[in-house]
Amino acid sequence: MSTAVAVSHSTEDDWKQPSRGMVGMACLIAAESAIFIIFVIAYIFYTGKSLTGPTPREVLDLPIFSTVCLLSSSITVHFAVHQLRAGKIGQCSAWLAGTVLLGGIFIGSTAKEWYELIYHHGLTIRTNLFGTTFYSLVGLHASHVIAGLIMLSLALIFSLQGKVNAHHAERLEVLSVYWHFVDAVWVVVFTVVYVLGR
Amino acid sequence: MATHTPRRHGGVFDVLQEWITTVDHKKIGLMYIGYALIFLVVAGAEALLMRVQLAVPNNHFVSPQTFNRLFTMHGTTMVFFVGMPILFGFGNYLIPLMIGARDMAFPRLNAFSFWISAFGGFLLYFSYLAGSGLYGAGTAPDVGWFAYAPLTSRVFSPGHSTDYWTLSVLLSGVGSIGTALNIVATALTMRCRGMKLSRMPLLVWLYVVTSCIAFIAVSPLTAAQIMLVIDRYLGGHFFDTQAGGSAVLWMHFFWIFGHPEVYILVLPAFAFANEIIPVFSRKAIFGYPAMVAATVAIGFISMGVWAHHMFTVGLGPEANAFFTFSTMVIAVPTGIKIFNWLATMWGGSIRFATPMIFSIGFLFQFLIAGLTGVMLAASPFDWQLGNSYFVVAHFHYVLVGAILFMIFAAFYFWYPKITGRMMSETLGKWHFWLFVIGFHMTFDFMHVPGLLGMPRRIYTYEADRGWGGWNMIVSIGAIFQTAATLIFVYNLIRSYYKGEEAGPDPWDAWTLEWSTSSPPPSYNFAEIPTVHSRRPLWDLKHPDDPDTNYE
Repeated sequence: MSTAVAVSHSTEDDWKQPSRGMVGMACLIAAESAIFIIFVIAYIFYTGKSLTGPTPREVLDLPIFSTVCLLSSSITVHFAVHQLRAGKIGQCSAWLAGTVLLGGIFIGSTAKEWYELIYHHGLTIRTNLFGTTFYSLVGLHASHVIAGLIMLSLALIFSLQGKVNAHHAERLEVLSVYWHFVDAVWVVVFTVVYVLGR
Repeated sequence: MATHTPRRHGGVFDVLQEWITTVDHKKIGLMYIGYALIFLVVAGAEALLMRVQLAVPNNHFVSPQTFNRLFTMHGTTMVFFVGMPILFGFGNYLIPLMIGARDMAFPRLNAFSFWISAFGGFLLYFSYLAGSGLYGAGTAPDVGWFAYAPLTSRVFSPGHSTDYWTLSVLLSGVGSIGTALNIVATALTMRCRGMKLSRMPLLVWLYVVTSCIAFIAVSPLTAAQIMLVIDRYLGGHFFDTQAGGSAVLWMHFFWIFGHPEVYILVLPAFAFANEIIPVFSRKAIFGYPAMVAATVAIGFISMGVWAHHMFTVGLGPEANAFFTFSTMVIAVPTGIKIFNWLATMWGGSIRFATPMIFSIGFLFQFLIAGLTGVMLAASPFDWQLGNSYFVVAHFHYVLVGAILFMIFAAFYFWYPKITGRMMSETLGKWHFWLFVIGFHMTFDFMHVPGLLGMPRRIYTYEADRGWGGWNMIVSIGAIFQTAATLIFVYNLIRSYYKGEEAGPDPWDAWTLEWSTSSPPPSYNFAEIPTVHSRRPLWDLKHPDDPDTNYE
């Protein structure tokens, strides 16, 4: 892009196109949804087909508290974007910190759940079909939560360092859309694994 | 591949560094194309070895084990490391130029997608060196390109050859999603002033639809590969029938990818036809909105046809009826396209330059490929011919007769834009006629041993089956195709040095890429253009009768 003499035409009539980041994120969500759908189908297809125990009913408990935390984090991240757009950086940092905390609680309770499943109930990914499909579906979701938490933490660090301003609102919004998606996936996983699959 | 070397003369390392670190969509596009051409030659050589083996009965030119590796590597390479990259390469190169943009929406993601796909291809072929691992069992993957379970489990595929297959396909999938995302974002957010969606060149429209299919179709394959990795490395049971897992589930997951993949590959070929046929018929495309609608319809229907690859599994009458119906329905929008191309040519003053004769070959051959497709869609017919050479002949008719022909047409059409020089028309005609003869010898006659009951993937056959003569003709055709391809490669190289100067617009075409110099500068357009119709260059050349009056 060396010798480009950009002739700006951005005058009169409004030539408006969608935001790049939003379109990109929408595409990513479409592709990710397809991956999750395949894992969910595999989970449903193999429900009750394990040849040996333990079964979901024996070992799974409803993760109500962590679910509430994760779903609430969608609200906090929404407020973070809202405050950033209004130029209130301090408020934005606070809401971001809340989001990271709630997401952290969720991932922590997943870790605790897995620890108990593995060490107290002897359920690993190789135990039976339930183990294979459970750990891969919940693990796929958890890895998305971790990716989101890393990005949210980065945003939090930048905003604490004062490197973030209202111009970045759109970028944070793209990230928040990803986070909403991760939450929505959890609703599906929760329903399939802990409600229907039990 | 003729790539334009940088004007300033640096050392080899400067040139290398420039290409390796580039985020320019044109350079990335050319790297995609060059890399695909290398694999085209490799996978073509594999096909040639198989044809030598099958030319006569009871042949021992290659061992059965080698033969299994050859068809696996040929299929996997052609689909993932020739078809996808060459089409994404053209898309990368052309889309920003056609919509009046300076680059793709996410240039660094673009480079990442290319390199990760390229790495996947090298990983696949690295298996020849490292596949045997500590087990000394097998080198390259030999599980077939759709790698049915439980053949891929540890028990039946010891060593690492299947792991190389899985990982390379997984990486290629990640790269494909990245590029598809980039294409959609570019087309939706980077158009120049005045280019409404209804004025966007059809090529861009078709690439957008292809990319949307990629999101929904390639991701299931990625998911299935993750499951296979979990089975092989973590001891999971997704496709482990001993622990209650299902082999048929893999088939479903694979073909949910596998069939839309055909449309991912063929829609860009349609896209080339949409640009080339009007220019050489000297008419605007017939039925632009119908073309877009038909493409979107194909995109939707393609999601609901996958199990026609599984009729022989025994799906039950309801599923058989549904998938027979949906598969036949897809012939309707496809037929609309063929009629639109014919109507575009009808009454036009057709110039039979090399890109056009390849397009005409495409039209006829794609029609025949579609007809054998309708035959195979009828499930009872499929029970007879499933897994026979009739199926092989049918899908090669699509992949070679339609897609490869349009890729050749695209090379002849856009080569002047990419290099600034014309390809030789004489060599082009030789290429075309030799390839047509070779193609029809191979793939017309390949239907017959299939009808006579010859199954695919056998490494040899008995002399008394009556397949020998047919297979000999099929193999001789392969020699013609090889010769034609060598002429094409020679033409690519020779024209780069000795071709006629092309100028910016050698074909008197109408889309924006022809408004900038050949090859285009790295910034594409000194001034971002503004368009008022679907054919901005027509408006420019005919201010007295612009298209705007008719839209």
